[in-house]
Amino acid sequence: MKFAVLAFPGSNCEMDLYNAIKDIIKEDVELVSYKKNTLEGFDAVLIPGGFSYGDYLRSGAIARFSPIIPDLQEFAKSGKPVLGICNGFQILTEAGLLPGSLQKNVSAKFICKTEPLVVNNNHSMFSSEYQEGQMINLPIAHGDGNYYCDQDTLRELIANDQIVFKYDSNPNGSIDNIAGIINKQGNVLGMMPHPERAVEAVLGSDDGKGVFQSIVNHIKSRGVIYE
Amino acid sequence: MNSVMDQTTEATPEQIRDNKLYKSMGLTDHEYGLIKDDVLHRLPNYTEVGLFSGMWSEHCSYKNSKPVLKKFFTKGKHVVKGPGEGAGIIDIGDNQGVVFKAESHNHPSAVEPFQGATTGVGGILRDIFSMGARPIASMDSLRFAEPKTDADKYFIQQIVAGISAYGNCIGIPTVGGDTAFDDAYAHNPLVNVMSVGLMDLDKIEVGAAAGVGNSIIYVGHKTGRDGINGASFASFQFDSEHESQRSAVQVGDPFEEKLVMEGCLDVINNHSDSLVGIQDMGAAGLVSSSAEMGSKAGGNGMELNLDLVPQREAGMSAFELMLSESQERMLLCVKAGHEDEVLKVFADHGVNAVVIGHVTEGHNYKLMHHGKLVADVPVDSLASQAPVYHRESEMPEHLKNVDTNQYQPKITNPTETLKEMLSQLTIASKESIYETYDTQVQTNTIVAPGSDAAVVRVRHHDKALAITTDVNGRYLYLNPREGGAMAVAEAARNIVASGAVPLGITDCLNFGNPEKPDQFYELDQAVMGMTEACEKFEAPVISGNVSLNNEYDNIPIYPTPMVGMVGLIKGLDHITTQDFKHAGDAVYVVGKTEPGFNGSQIQKMQTGNISGKLFDFDLDYEVKIQKLVTAAIQQKLLNSAHDISEGGLITAIAESTFGNQLGVDLTADLTVADFFSESQSRFIVSVPQEKQAEFEQLVGNDAQKLGKVVDDNHLFVQANDGYFDIDVDKAFGIWKGALSCRLK
Repeated sequence: MKFAVLAFPGSNCEMDLYNAIKDIIKEDVELVSYKKNTLEGFDAVLIPGGFSYGDYLRSGAIARFSPIIPDLQEFAKSGKPVLGICNGFQILTEAGLLPGSLQKNVSAKFICKTEPLVVNNNHSMFSSEYQEGQMINLPIAHGDGNYYCDQDTLRELIANDQIVFKYDSNPNGSIDNIAGIINKQGNVLGMMPHPERAVEAVLGSDDGKGVFQSIVNHIKSRGVIYE
Repeated sequence: MNSVMDQTTEATPEQIRDNKLYKSMGLTDHEYGLIKDDVLHRLPNYTEVGLFSGMWSEHCSYKNSKPVLKKFFTKGKHVVKGPGEGAGIIDIGDNQGVVFKAESHNHPSAVEPFQGATTGVGGILRDIFSMGARPIASMDSLRFAEPKTDADKYFIQQIVAGISAYGNCIGIPTVGGDTAFDDAYAHNPLVNVMSVGLMDLDKIEVGAAAGVGNSIIYVGHKTGRDGINGASFASFQFDSEHESQRSAVQVGDPFEEKLVMEGCLDVINNHSDSLVGIQDMGAAGLVSSSAEMGSKAGGNGMELNLDLVPQREAGMSAFELMLSESQERMLLCVKAGHEDEVLKVFADHGVNAVVIGHVTEGHNYKLMHHGKLVADVPVDSLASQAPVYHRESEMPEHLKNVDTNQYQPKITNPTETLKEMLSQLTIASKESIYETYDTQVQTNTIVAPGSDAAVVRVRHHDKALAITTDVNGRYLYLNPREGGAMAVAEAARNIVASGAVPLGITDCLNFGNPEKPDQFYELDQAVMGMTEACEKFEAPVISGNVSLNNEYDNIPIYPTPMVGMVGLIKGLDHITTQDFKHAGDAVYVVGKTEPGFNGSQIQKMQTGNISGKLFDFDLDYEVKIQKLVTAAIQQKLLNSAHDISEGGLITAIAESTFGNQLGVDLTADLTVADFFSESQSRFIVSVPQEKQAEFEQLVGNDAQKLGKVVDDNHLFVQANDGYFDIDVDKAFGIWKGALSCRLK
């Protein structure tokens, strides 16, 4: 199978994702420029962290108008997996592919550290490798990671089991300790923690491998390439 | 068009001479005379005086420090490029080079802490990627006064926020550094930034502009009125009036720098046949980068058309365009006929790039503005032929007739003294600072901030780089020569404790006014001490930076030559951290404990001051101890190793318990006071039971067994005249919370 890693001006985790897929998950992967307008031939799309367009104006707000975005929206509609990490999560909310938004951390500071997470839903295509309720350690590195949505949306997220990862001890003020959510269809995941930074024990944790392995298993179990 | 025109709104050459206007730009009567009588043989115009003031500032010309810098040990079999280029390069095998340099941003940070810090990070990164290297890690060495007022706290927080904002955005991990607090840095903080890059050795670029007809290409941000003549500003000393100098500070844009970096690395890696040279526009902006490139190519002539320079504001004068220090700009020399190829690369990266001039016949540096020739000077007169001063040196008063006795700590309750020590800001955890830095981006950080040295792996190879910054200005204040040697030695101890072997150093020489003999003495002596140590450790100086005139109302800072050292770890299984790993492991102190109290943290803590003769230091013994620890690590005998420095042995023991919340049960033939000695050449290490015999055989009498690691979360250390007794989590809480509490 083949992953696309999108690269926007100011993305800075695209190579980390690329290396994680290539060296550790050992699947095909290609960097795709924000200027492209096709995602043909890819089985899954990964949107990396960083500071697209400097995060000036609002995180993800400018990247959302890139040429690749309409195709990303189509790709998502087709049901194939889309994963946005950190700035990628912010871009997904700005592009209307996920509900809610990411606000400034309550501390008003950037925070970089490894946080314990709870796997809240292990039957998504991004989390099937984990046990429900399993504690995993993933690094966070963000200034705007404080997830917010209105109460109706939150009720819906809970009712549809869309909350995939929760913080064990909330580092940024996110509503309901939310660290990662999927869309209603279940094929678009946005998460603030960085699974690609936790794929090798030598870097402190390999708990993040499960996210990518889940995607691979999902694609391969289908045994078909989407139309 | 043959005569050099004067711009109408500016002072005339005669007015400059008669009213000595050059003085306000930082040139002396003597220097003005040189320009007028020896270089140009005519009166320089306003623009030309500006060019010389920038290029002959200490910041660009090193005119006061050059004779001292020549003393540095710079050779070594692995040195590919020593001082002189954007950054130095050391061969680490496999056709790879490690590139590193440090730079100070003290003066800008003093007037505008956030932007001063951001542009410090941006500047050093440009030095790294202009060599053709991709930056892989940064470090920051910070010196502040003890925060007392809300303004002090705001100031510190803004510096940290600036580093965080820039480094995080551009995606280069800030993996560590060092932060110390002393009122010697009140009004004149130190913000030193070090960056490390990695490159293929067949891709080295130099900052030279050769070949008549080749094009000079301007890349990056437009030029504005920010930071006009900042190099001269940085070479002044501060006084109570310095608030008015705010306009000399630049503003950083990490997003633009990221695009510029990717564009430049693309040109260097994929279009090297088109590229002649590349240099960043740092201090003294366009004039410095272009004149240095011409001068390095052997004094090539160059002509620039300033009307082509991208400008952010209307009506900028030639002086402003040439001396602006607007950020995120690079200058390239590109082969004639290859311009479009290079311009297209930058366009693809969304970066502004434009041809602004050419390499010309002859040796003159000419500037055209609005169709007129506004400057015409020999290129070497700006760069390689800047004046050099041999300053007078005289031992400072405070070093004469010093008390040779060592301070005697007053300790009635050892545990209470330990608790007080752990809450000293220089000793306390810096987590509240470094947790705002992205330490992991690029996914190579194996040892993050908090241990002796940071360790960053070299992807796809079984090797890693250890990086540290160090210096204790108090030691240098009491003895600049020994203190300088100690700064290098401590950096090397950090590198060795992490499992690496030192490769080389960079430095930021932060000192006072070199025109004052007692302060020049400190600079000169410190460099001699550093170079002696570098030679012993076979760690040459490959790059560096000088920041002089660090004074406020004529009171200088402590002499503070920041040492940034990089070491190589051959084999990831040699990586060692400071934390005790397993209960039952034996704890040893390697190296002799001597009375080392003058200049120590405990002297400062108990008397509010430092004084007396600095304790003794034996460089040969230091080297011997470090080699023993390296051997022990390479023979896989150690589970942890930690350098003993500020706060002494007991502080190092406590810090080693924190990471894994393990306790210790130790006994030593030392007094309680000895546990706070800062005598050099010591490590605290832990050894698994089955390796003890082998370890003891290796170290002989150079290590003493103190006891063992225990799993009851309790630190107990018996001395001859008392004991330390505290729960690890309690000690940890004091140490961890002290700084964030004081900054609230």
